[in-house]
Amino acid sequence: MEILDILLTANFWEAAIRIASPLIFGVLGALICERAGVLNLGIEGIFTAGAMAGWMAVWLGVDLWTGVLVAALTGAAFGFLHAMLTVPLGLSQHVSGIGVTLLASSLSYFIYRTALPNVSTPPRIEPFRPFEIPFLSDLPFIGSALFSQTAFTYLAFILVAVVAYVLYKTPLGLALRAVGDNPDSVDAQGLSVYGLRIGAVVAGSALMAMGGAFLTMSAFDAFFFGMVNGRGWICIALTVFASWRPGKALAGALLFGAFDAFQVRLQTQVGAFLPSQVFLMLPYFFAIVALVLVARKADYPRALLVPWFKGAR
Amino acid sequence: MIRFEPRQDTPAILSILAPVFAAVAALALAAIPLAFAGAPILESYRLMVQGAFGSLFVFSETLTRTTPLILTGLAAAVAFRARLWNIGGEGQLYAGALAAVAVGTGIIDGPPVVMIPLVLVAGALAGALLMLGPTLLKLKFGADEVVTTLLLNFVMLLFVQMMLEGALQDPMSLGWPQSAPIIDSAALPPLLPRLRVHSGLILGLIAAVAVAILIRRTVWGFEIRAVGENAAAARFAGIPVTATMVRVALISGGLAGLAGVGEVAGLKGYLTSDLSPGFGYAGIVVAMLARLSPLGVVAAALFIAAIFVGADSMSRGTGVASYIADLVVALSLLCVLVGGFVTRYRIRLVGARKAEA
Repeated sequence: MEILDILLTANFWEAAIRIASPLIFGVLGALICERAGVLNLGIEGIFTAGAMAGWMAVWLGVDLWTGVLVAALTGAAFGFLHAMLTVPLGLSQHVSGIGVTLLASSLSYFIYRTALPNVSTPPRIEPFRPFEIPFLSDLPFIGSALFSQTAFTYLAFILVAVVAYVLYKTPLGLALRAVGDNPDSVDAQGLSVYGLRIGAVVAGSALMAMGGAFLTMSAFDAFFFGMVNGRGWICIALTVFASWRPGKALAGALLFGAFDAFQVRLQTQVGAFLPSQVFLMLPYFFAIVALVLVARKADYPRALLVPWFKGAR
Repeated sequence: MIRFEPRQDTPAILSILAPVFAAVAALALAAIPLAFAGAPILESYRLMVQGAFGSLFVFSETLTRTTPLILTGLAAAVAFRARLWNIGGEGQLYAGALAAVAVGTGIIDGPPVVMIPLVLVAGALAGALLMLGPTLLKLKFGADEVVTTLLLNFVMLLFVQMMLEGALQDPMSLGWPQSAPIIDSAALPPLLPRLRVHSGLILGLIAAVAVAILIRRTVWGFEIRAVGENAAAARFAGIPVTATMVRVALISGGLAGLAGVGEVAGLKGYLTSDLSPGFGYAGIVVAMLARLSPLGVVAAALFIAAIFVGADSMSRGTGVASYIADLVVALSLLCVLVGGFVTRYRIRLVGARKAEA
């Protein structure tokens, strides 16, 4: 059967993991912010800013990992802006997030256009190359699917473990989870609610920007206008789907990646019967369905969206 | 140490001045990217003002841009009043535009008194239906409408592209993805000869007054405000929260749909997939700048339109990338958000001893 044929190729799973990689960064970033009680709708713009900043740093001559660092710092800066508006000032997280998205994307486009006023074809960089892990990449099937990705993808997988460890095995993680559920209890222990929340939003935004950088530095090799194309919003949906857990975030991103890769392959097989746009819509519907399925029983961090002021109990 | 004290009531002058200051601050902050681009700063601002208001022709262009922004701004303002986060104005605008070309390009013909209301109703209905989906998902399944409306914007744009390469493609377009032209009897007439400003502007103004009356003077409006302030308390008081949310969704989506009708039937004359340069998203900024006041939306829409038209013209004069307009719009949103804080809290500097106590 044709569908099974698609699912049984290593090439398909390799693509699924590649598509999932930026989303892994994005969902991890979003879940860190939301675990601390702050919805970060700046994600779509922060993806764009990370994609642009990382690409441009490399284009200007720094090496790839420095480019990733530049992207992360750019994301952190926008995260800091969102954190200042929503944490100490307690302003609407929805509106501030949309504002950060508009600002980060327009600033990225503005800087790109100002630096490159008259280019018709976007200049390319030398992106991350697939890195074949010795021995493991020789394994049949999973060798080429899982162990011949770029180093940037391996970083995404490593970060899932790191975030899970920090969140569940360290005092910092405990405080972080508490501040999104019951900030008063954190305050009562003498910890800084503001500090934890600001730190979480800054760190989460840095991860989001790395997701954006993956697009220009590993998945593709150039920056295009509109290249993020809703991936940030999909991450917000997947975060709910993952019930704010790093392991489930990985699973959700991989499921989405598999679905998207499947959609592309289906298109080449039955594309003659249906317009291409039908297939391109499917990933967005997938995200909506994923959200709807879990929304009722979703265990939202209890203090999500609720501003907290010191001394105002 | 700095302390914030909630105000009991906001002085009226402050609620009017805060958005004005926000707009000025956004423009002032734009000096940084202008300097980065190496443009002469004062000259750039002068060109921007001249480009938006300098002649009858450019002012007509500004009013033309104001038209969809009033409607998408009202769409956001009504929804936000009820705390329904409709971020899908962009998709609803395209839904409205698509419905307008579906009925207004010759399938049926009649006198303008029939055809114009027909395209308007079709567009409003399409926008309303597109917002009904996410609202029902929110009410039935608790799915966050921010995410669903945002994702539907992308779906809708793909759907428009699909229709423009399929059922609604103009057979005379030689394969170009655009719709057939709106027939004359369905077109919104121009307001002034040889200028692009069209009667959609009047429609927008009527809509603003109608929404103002709805919110301030009707039972529905009272219910919308009550649900927005405290849905649990409203439900306890016997207000039909679900019905109110659905009503708000239909009104909000319908208004955004009308913006799409105006753009195809009043301005462009046919539909392409680049009809809107983000009017839906800019509508959110308009609504926030207006502090969700329907009449304030008109002023805020004029400001944002002037930024777009003025910056375009300045960009041609100085070579500064035209994304400067989007930057000012984004900065306006963040500035008005901070400005709103000032109207709600008194900022006090208090001595260290007092803070310890």
